[in-house]
Amino acid sequence: MRQQAGRRLDRGRRAGHPATVPDIATALAAAFGLITEGDRAVLSIVTLSLQVSFLAVALAALVGLPLGAFLAVARFPGRRPLIIAGNALMGLPPVVVGLLVYLLLSRSGPLGGWGLLFSPGAMVVAQVVLITPILATLSREVLEGLWEEYGEQLRSFGATPRLAVPTLLWDGRFSLLTVLLAGFGRASAEVGAVMIVGGNIEGHTRVMTTAIALETSKGDLPLALALGMVLMTIVLAVNAAAQLLRDLAQRRQG
Amino acid sequence: MIALSRRALPLLLALPARAQSSSITIASTTSTEQSGLFSHILPSFRDATGIAARVIAPGTGQALDVGRRGDADVVLVHDRPAEEAFVAAGFGGPRRHVMFNDFVLVGPATDPAAIAGLSDASEALRRIATKRAGFVSRGDRSGTHAAELRLWRLAGLDPTMGRGNWYREVGQGMGPALNTAAAQDAYILSDRGTWIAFRNRQALRILVEGEERLFNQYGVMLVNPARHPHIRAAEGQVFIDWLLSDAGQQAIAGYRIGGEQLFFPNARQPEPVS
Repeated sequence: MRQQAGRRLDRGRRAGHPATVPDIATALAAAFGLITEGDRAVLSIVTLSLQVSFLAVALAALVGLPLGAFLAVARFPGRRPLIIAGNALMGLPPVVVGLLVYLLLSRSGPLGGWGLLFSPGAMVVAQVVLITPILATLSREVLEGLWEEYGEQLRSFGATPRLAVPTLLWDGRFSLLTVLLAGFGRASAEVGAVMIVGGNIEGHTRVMTTAIALETSKGDLPLALALGMVLMTIVLAVNAAAQLLRDLAQRRQG
Repeated sequence: MIALSRRALPLLLALPARAQSSSITIASTTSTEQSGLFSHILPSFRDATGIAARVIAPGTGQALDVGRRGDADVVLVHDRPAEEAFVAAGFGGPRRHVMFNDFVLVGPATDPAAIAGLSDASEALRRIATKRAGFVSRGDRSGTHAAELRLWRLAGLDPTMGRGNWYREVGQGMGPALNTAAAQDAYILSDRGTWIAFRNRQALRILVEGEERLFNQYGVMLVNPARHPHIRAAEGQVFIDWLLSDAGQQAIAGYRIGGEQLFFPNARQPEPVS
C-alpha cells in the first residue's frame, strides 16, 4: 500500500507539488488510485472495517432496537431516568469505552480467559458498547411517534407492550434503517476505542481509521488523507445502498 | 434484522477464530513500527519459521505494561533501566540486546537557540532552556521520553519549569510529536529511525547528532510464562532466537530508507555501557 501510494504521491510532487505541504489534490489522486487499482492491503483493511462495523451494528441492534421500542411503549417507574441515562450514554467517549473494554478483556482482567484482546472480536465488543445506547435512544424517539399514532388502535385490540414491541419494530422498519445507519456511521468512523482494544495490528486488526491515524503519525499526511477519502467513499456507498433498498422495498409495498 | 444477525453470528465466531493459527503478539515502541522496521523484517521471520507476528506499538512504557498484564508474548523496547526493572520484578526476561540507533536533536532551520553543530547535547538543551525556545516533549513514558528526561537531568535542568509555556508535553507517539514540532517550529528529541522515515518535516532539520549520550539501545524480553500460562513461550522464544541470529540481525541491517540504514544490529557484540 505504502509503496504504491508513495509512488503516486512522488509523481504528484514531481509535478510541482512541494513534498512537505499536504496537498489535497495529490491526496485525491492517491485516493482514486487506491480505489481503482484495488490495492490488496487497502482492500483487506476496508473489508475488516466493514466486517467489524456491520457485525457491531447487527449485535447492537439485537439489544438496542427492542430496548428502544420497549421504552417507547412501556410506562414504569424509572423510565425517565433510564431515558436520560441512554441520552447521556450516546456521548460516551470512545477512549473511555476502549479503556474499559481493554481492562475487561486483558489477560489480567475478568474476561481475560476469552483471549479476545487485540483481535477483531475485541473491536466488535467495543463498538457494540459504543453504539447500543445510540440505537436504543434514536429508535425510542422514532417509535414513540409511531406509538402516539397507532397506540390507541393497538391497545383497543388488546395489545400488551410485549406484543406491541415487535409490531412497532416492524411498522417502523424503514425509519429504523436510518437509525442503524447512524450507528454504522459512528462505529466505522471511530478510532479511539478500536485503537486501544485492537492494537492496530497490520493484517489483523488494522481498520480504516487506525490506518489513517498511523499514516498521520508517520507524517504521510497525503496518504492519510487519501485513506480518509476512501473511507468516506465507502460510508457514502453504504448509505446510498441502504437508501436504495429502502426505496425499493417501500415501492413494492405501494 | 434477524436475517442479518443470522448471517453475522458465524462471522463473529470466525473473526476471533483466525487468531488460532501459530502467531505471537509483540508489544513494542512507536519508533520500530512507525519507522517501518517491523513491516520489513517480519515477512522474513514468517518465511523462516511459519509463525506470524503481530505488533502493537504503544511506546516503551505502555508496551512494558502490556507485557506485565500478559497481553503480549514478547516485548521489544528501548529503555534499559525500565527493562531491567521489568526483568527484576519477574515479569519476563532475560533481557537481550538486539540493535541500536541514536537520538537526534531536531529543530527549525532558523535555530533560534543556536545549537546547530554542537557536539554536546547538554549544552544544546541548556541553550534551548535559556532562550525559552519551543521544545516538544513526548510526555508519554516512552523510551524516547525517558531518554529525553535523562538528558535534561544530565544538563542539570528541570524542563517542567517551562511547562505550559515553552516546554510542551504532547503525550503522543514519535510521529505525532514530530508533526507538532514541525507545526510550531519547535525543538524535539527524536530517534533517528522515525526521523528518517518521517515525511512531514517542513522546516525541521537535524541540529545535534553523533553524541555518545544520544545512543539508543533496543532490548527484547519474553514475557514470563510462569506468571501468565497462556503466553506462547515456545513461539516467542523462536522469535527472540531468530532476532538474535545472523538471519534476524541481517534483516535488521538490511532495512534502509533512501539508502540510509535505520537500525544497527549489535546482538553479537557486548552491549555498550551507556
